[in-house]
Amino acid sequence: MNIIIVGGGKVGMTLAAQLSSEDHEITLIDTDSKHVESAVAALDIQGIVGNGTSYHTQLDAGVKDADLLIAVTDTDETSLLSCLIAKKAGDCHTIARVRDPEHYNEIEFIKEELGLSMAINPEIAAAGNIYRLIQVPSALDVDNFAKGRVNLLRLEIPEGSVLDGLKLNEVEKKIKVELLVCIVESGDDIIIPNGETKLKAGDKISVILPINELRPVLNKIGIKAKPIKDVMIAGGGNISYYLARMLIQSGINVKILELNRARCEELSLLLPEAIIIQGDASDQELLKEEGLTNTDALVSLTSIDEENILLSLYAHKISSAKCITKISKIDFEEVVRELPIGAVICPKRITSQFISSYVRSMQNSMGSNVETLYRMMDDRVEALEFKVSNNAKGHYLNVPLMELNLKPNILICSIIRGKKITTPRGRDCIKNGDTVIVVTTVTGLDDLSDIFA
Amino acid sequence: MNYGIIGYILGRVISIVAAAMLLPWVVGLIYNEKASLIFLVCALFFGAVSAIFFRKKPKNTSFYAREGFVVVALSWIVMSVIGAIPFVASGAIPNVVDALFEIVSGFTTTGSSILRDVESLPHCILFWRSFSHWIGGMGILVFILAILPMAGGQNIYLMRAESTGPSVGKLVPKIQKTAILLYAIYTALTLTHLVLLLIGRVPVFDAFCLSFGTAGTGGFGVLNDSFASYSAFAQIVTAIFMLLFGVNFNFYFFLISRKFKNAFAMDDVRCYFIIYIIASAIITLNLILNGSFGGLREVLFQTSSIMTSTGFASADFNLWPSLSRALMIMLMFTGACAGSTGGGMKVSRFIIYFKTVAKEARQLAHPRSVKVLKMDGKPIEHDVVRVVNVYLCSFIMVFAASFIIVLLDNFDLTTSFTAVAATLNNIGPGLNMVGPTGNFADFSVLSKLVFIFDMLAGRLEIFPMLLLLAPNTWKKHG
Repeated sequence: MNIIIVGGGKVGMTLAAQLSSEDHEITLIDTDSKHVESAVAALDIQGIVGNGTSYHTQLDAGVKDADLLIAVTDTDETSLLSCLIAKKAGDCHTIARVRDPEHYNEIEFIKEELGLSMAINPEIAAAGNIYRLIQVPSALDVDNFAKGRVNLLRLEIPEGSVLDGLKLNEVEKKIKVELLVCIVESGDDIIIPNGETKLKAGDKISVILPINELRPVLNKIGIKAKPIKDVMIAGGGNISYYLARMLIQSGINVKILELNRARCEELSLLLPEAIIIQGDASDQELLKEEGLTNTDALVSLTSIDEENILLSLYAHKISSAKCITKISKIDFEEVVRELPIGAVICPKRITSQFISSYVRSMQNSMGSNVETLYRMMDDRVEALEFKVSNNAKGHYLNVPLMELNLKPNILICSIIRGKKITTPRGRDCIKNGDTVIVVTTVTGLDDLSDIFA
Repeated sequence: MNYGIIGYILGRVISIVAAAMLLPWVVGLIYNEKASLIFLVCALFFGAVSAIFFRKKPKNTSFYAREGFVVVALSWIVMSVIGAIPFVASGAIPNVVDALFEIVSGFTTTGSSILRDVESLPHCILFWRSFSHWIGGMGILVFILAILPMAGGQNIYLMRAESTGPSVGKLVPKIQKTAILLYAIYTALTLTHLVLLLIGRVPVFDAFCLSFGTAGTGGFGVLNDSFASYSAFAQIVTAIFMLLFGVNFNFYFFLISRKFKNAFAMDDVRCYFIIYIIASAIITLNLILNGSFGGLREVLFQTSSIMTSTGFASADFNLWPSLSRALMIMLMFTGACAGSTGGGMKVSRFIIYFKTVAKEARQLAHPRSVKVLKMDGKPIEHDVVRVVNVYLCSFIMVFAASFIIVLLDNFDLTTSFTAVAATLNNIGPGLNMVGPTGNFADFSVLSKLVFIFDMLAGRLEIFPMLLLLAPNTWKKHG
């Protein structure tokens, strides 16, 4: 694909390197000629010095032939304007990084009006990633698609589980949780199950499940997972706020250490359930006093990488808490990874991974009506995202799903309406404007109507 | 310095040159010449050498500006040495230095010759001489970039070191596609010229050689009087194509991709044509007033040939009045556009020089004034201006040193001066003794070696050759 990247910072560079190695044609726009110069010297891409919000610069960069423009500039406004101009000038897909919480809260509206294909907030993405690391035992796989909104958890049914020998349509009655099993791997077979499919111990099932409901479900089906009740967060930045909000929603106690008094007060207003401690997170006495030795997890999110590393090293030494360390600079990564500081999170890397996985899914779907296409399990399973346009017509619209006949090996796993993601039941129906996610082992589906028998 | 990768790329260069030698072999077969066997032997031998010694890609493929310069300089030396072997082995040019001079003149698209009688050579040798122009015109490393996928973006250093002009950019994001595009444009233009020559009833063999010479802006002919005995049509077509090959290839790319605005906004292309027209007009007037005017075609052909650094001659401009001859010498230095196959110092550098001077003059009048230099409507980076200025200094120094050494041969000033100018600018003929009807045979071995260095330095735009001489370059960790 022809891809234009606006903004040659860390994320822009990482994306350019990744995408150009995947054989896309990259043009990088940056106002700083030094950035462009070093990017062009290091990567097989074209560089253009100029303002990404300028129509002429975009024309120079070949926006008319571009398939996608990714704006990752310093400011949200610049990124959004670049995307808007590219959309109007080149009618291409656009992705913007949007940082400001005020913009991000209204992102659905902005996306709709500016015709953005995707907006990514690196802080929320990082928080989501950390949240998943805390909640999901490391033995489980998580695939996420539909721009990270849908999580597919892959778990093995243990010996003696209640699920052993159960048919799928009996599962819900038995464990009293709504659980949508999308894929069953039994030996070498991969099947998209229906109600009659029988589960047995040793099978691997992939389920759609909100992460905050994960642990009770795991316990019910017999997978032991140590519950996490207390999490300590060092540093009170945006990631901390988003993370704390997610943790509190799933009933976890959160303690945030922040040095700045004013920020502490702000956080306490935003997160009344959290315990906000005003103090230096690198103060050993304070850490002990606040119970670092007994906490279940420590997340080091201060703005200084070195401090985060030291903090996690210290926590590793004096407690058995699960450690997660944020690193902003990607350099020296191989050294950092060798330290016993638990999982390392790098918001910029997450941002670029998010975008490049979207680009891949976009490329897979080129030439069809599929919005995005994700391949899983050695490419044997596909998750497809269909957008039902506002004026689309079809016999399947506004009809409860239980009255529709799906072809075999196809499953509707999510319906996204606005911001709301539902795992569909028999009574739900597909409406205009929805995004429908389908999991299948059948390849070559081109249109939503293809899935119905 | 990463010697492994340098060796690897040199191996590729050797194999390409070996493959190229198969063509003159085929030509020799057609004309039933014994000399053609030498090409086959060379091709097989060097093909085997590159296959045996340079097969493995080194583990460490990191590659920076320094390696780029060194690889390019070494590649050109290596291919010249290999290319000279058939000349010596066939007995066409028995002297090693002469043979080296001839092939360097070919690859660098200079077109200066040490041969007194071209017509007596076998066809396959003549073909190789002309074909070397075509290989050298767009550059052998650009060709390698086009056909071999080489991972990593650092290959831009190779392209920068080999292509002409102060700031080399890519046409499209992928370097391989850029290289393919350049060669596609190059080949298409060459073929068009070839077909037109054939339509003009130029003999087939001559048409091939002349179109190679024109495409690379080289200038080796197959007749002793260069271009004078071809038809008027062939001369006009060739004059036009010489001019076309002197145009920045970005211009053609813009035309192909229908960005006409960008194409016609290119300052150097516009200046190039303006300089050509003005110079031709002055020379025409000068010749008419002097009473030696031999027709407009003669003037247009000669100016086109010298300005684009081709060096074909349809008339002996050595006999022209002083003003016209001086203008010709100046055109040698201006040269063609950056990003073309032409030589000289390039029009775009002169644009920058004029703008810098104008800026400094303004600065003297208004010491606090701020003015950013622009070209093609875009600001010129300070680094580019700096490098362009340093280029001028190095050019003058190399020129002066060469001039002094060549003067040791005790030829007249005009001969010595224009001989250095013609080689360093990759023109071909100079004035007086080295004029269109003369040749370089009478110079001493030392002078010829200096010319060889000058031709390579001129083609690669000085810096790669200078870097090769700097001891610092060769330190492993330097």
